[in-house]
Amino acid sequence: MVNWKDKKEFWITGAKLADPEAGKIKAGSILVQKGLISEIQWQKKVETELPVFDCEGFLIAPGFIDIHTHLREPGNEDKETIATGTAAAVAGGYTSILCMANTDPVIDDPSVVEYVNRRAQTDGNCRVYVTGAVTKGLDGEQITEFFHLKKAGIVALSDDGRYIANSSVMRTALEYARMLDLPVIVHCEDPYLTDESQMNESYVSTRLGLKGAHAASEEIAVARDIRLAQLTGARLHIAHVSTEGSLELIKAAKKKGVAVTAEVSPHHLTLDESLLESYDRNLKVNPPLRGLSDIAALRTALNDGTIDCIATDHAPHTEIDKQVEFNFAPPGMTGLETSFAQLHTELVLNGKFELIDLIRMLTTGPAGVIGLSGGKLAAGVPADLVLIDPKEEWVFKKEMIRSKASNTPLIGKKFTGRIKGVFLEGRWCSDVS
Amino acid sequence: MQFNRKDLLGLEDLSAEHIKLILDTGDNFKEVLSRKIKKVPALRGVTIANVFYEPSTRTRMSFELAEKRLSADIINFSKATSSVKKGETLRDTLENIKAMKVDIVVMRHGSSGAHKFASEFLDASIVNAGDGRHAHPTQALLDMMTLREHWGTFNGKRVTIIGDILHSRVARSNIWGLTKMGAKVTVCGPPTMMPVDVERLGEGGVRLEYDLRKAIEGADAINILRIQLERQKNSLFPSSREYFEVFGVSSEVLKAAPPDCIVMHPGPINRGVEIAQEVADGKQAVILPQVTNGVAVRMAVLFLIAGGKVEEDENS
Ligand SMILES: [Zn+2]
Repeated sequence: MVNWKDKKEFWITGAKLADPEAGKIKAGSILVQKGLISEIQWQKKVETELPVFDCEGFLIAPGFIDIHTHLREPGNEDKETIATGTAAAVAGGYTSILCMANTDPVIDDPSVVEYVNRRAQTDGNCRVYVTGAVTKGLDGEQITEFFHLKKAGIVALSDDGRYIANSSVMRTALEYARMLDLPVIVHCEDPYLTDESQMNESYVSTRLGLKGAHAASEEIAVARDIRLAQLTGARLHIAHVSTEGSLELIKAAKKKGVAVTAEVSPHHLTLDESLLESYDRNLKVNPPLRGLSDIAALRTALNDGTIDCIATDHAPHTEIDKQVEFNFAPPGMTGLETSFAQLHTELVLNGKFELIDLIRMLTTGPAGVIGLSGGKLAAGVPADLVLIDPKEEWVFKKEMIRSKASNTPLIGKKFTGRIKGVFLEGRWCSDVS
Repeated sequence: MQFNRKDLLGLEDLSAEHIKLILDTGDNFKEVLSRKIKKVPALRGVTIANVFYEPSTRTRMSFELAEKRLSADIINFSKATSSVKKGETLRDTLENIKAMKVDIVVMRHGSSGAHKFASEFLDASIVNAGDGRHAHPTQALLDMMTLREHWGTFNGKRVTIIGDILHSRVARSNIWGLTKMGAKVTVCGPPTMMPVDVERLGEGGVRLEYDLRKAIEGADAINILRIQLERQKNSLFPSSREYFEVFGVSSEVLKAAPPDCIVMHPGPINRGVEIAQEVADGKQAVILPQVTNGVAVRMAVLFLIAGGKVEEDENS
């Protein structure tokens, strides 16, 4: 195979191109020059003297963007590093990720932002955008220096993993963030109602004897934050929405013109609480896996505009972390490497969701939420692209995993649709043969 | 009939035939316990580890006695849950048990599902001696053995379980076992101590009744759960005094039940909180016979888990 890593100028031909902005998938060819898309021709082949990267039978889309990744560096490099997390991202078709601030130390100071940016430059395998913490040490009390953090390069604010329980602090944060036009990403959970909870509160939790968190604990938090966003005019983004009631609140707020956006995770769209019967700690996530009616509502919301994007909440943990009693296991599962294949298999191939809409939810959707430039298929933008074989059937095996962590319940799952590699600024990166 | 199961994790996935087999075997061992020499060689050469992460003098003594009566070799491990910060300890303990080539592990653990984890980790058989708020199958089996001694059958019998159903593994296991054997179960207690959709538990479901007198009207047995006063950090009821007033079983309250209604309690009892002294000592109470049956039924479980065969009884 040609070494495409060094080619400065070439055509990608033969593929179908997915253009999420135009909402179409059509045969086309892309000219890449100096890392940029310089021309798109809506025809399968082109007459050219330049080298041709033939993608016959495949699909090309803008590189995926994940706005909810936990990279664990600095501080928990045994779980994940910037190098391994971005390698996992590339394996899943992502060319940009937004990392969360709950590292150790927390990303609550410009020096930590600079550290992450520097490591991303030296070890990163894809673009890394950084989230700054809303409050110092995620303590929920004292807001961080938003201005200085923004100058250091953050593109969003979040205490993800924790809910800012003090409404006055939250109001202050939103007002201040609005001045700087920074979106605030919120993890909605009333901590008093979810105290020591292990899963969704329902008949399943009754049977399993695990403490449940009722949907109301999320919805109360969503309602408050929407009200404060309305009050302050700030851009509010609700992370990993998981209940039907939250969706109703978001839908109503959007109708009123509140600047609220929302994401849903691949696992909340595809896995339900009844799987917890196995007490598999890899299924323990926060918010917890919900019931079938919530899943149905989430799927509907993908199509009706209530949900703006899909984000993985990739949360790596070591095997030892998870090899404990259910109630001691930290919540979270990895997701970067499986999100497309899982959603394509479970939603698109089952006729619940159009392929182009799935791609939009992974590209322009998340880009729009944070205000990032990527996600488009247009001349003049960086050639960040993903090459997909929509027909390939494959089994997700542990040895394929690029993340340092393997806390996923999907090992051994058979998927249809596989990421073959990405172009990052026109550079071909792939380890799939 | 053979038991043919590696573990006893709960009663939910056990068939009525299996439960009957355990109870029948328990009856046989109870006969052994009334002999002058109470020991049989049934488990000679079998090594059992009693692994207790939660202190429980009663259950541990009962299992240990059952094991000794069966001539098993025993090792004991106990660790207070409070000192277990992270679960690595469980994994480490299990690794050690694995290395010691133990045959049966009797485990009590404060985390729901810990036994499932252990059973996937170990080749040894796991007997659940209580996990979190999930299951306590041998307690339910001894309750059922006691009831069957009085009734001869479960069909059409009515049992009312009173107290903190939410946190009770005893209640869950009793509901699964009793409904599977044909009894009807009513639960009664404050709504703050009722799990979601409690009515759907068990085969054929349970009846939920908040009025104590109505709940025990027509009951053939009542099972009064211990109120875990130490667990009341979010105070699920205002005070012990009020609890006793509304849900405590006094001799006055007991008049609402038929005179031959049996009174059970898994122990240890809180006098004047969930049960009055005169009821605990009263002639309807079978709290001490429950303890005796506990040894017999645990002998039965260990014997069957170890692969012991029972003579077929043509008449049963
Ligand atoms: Zn979160």
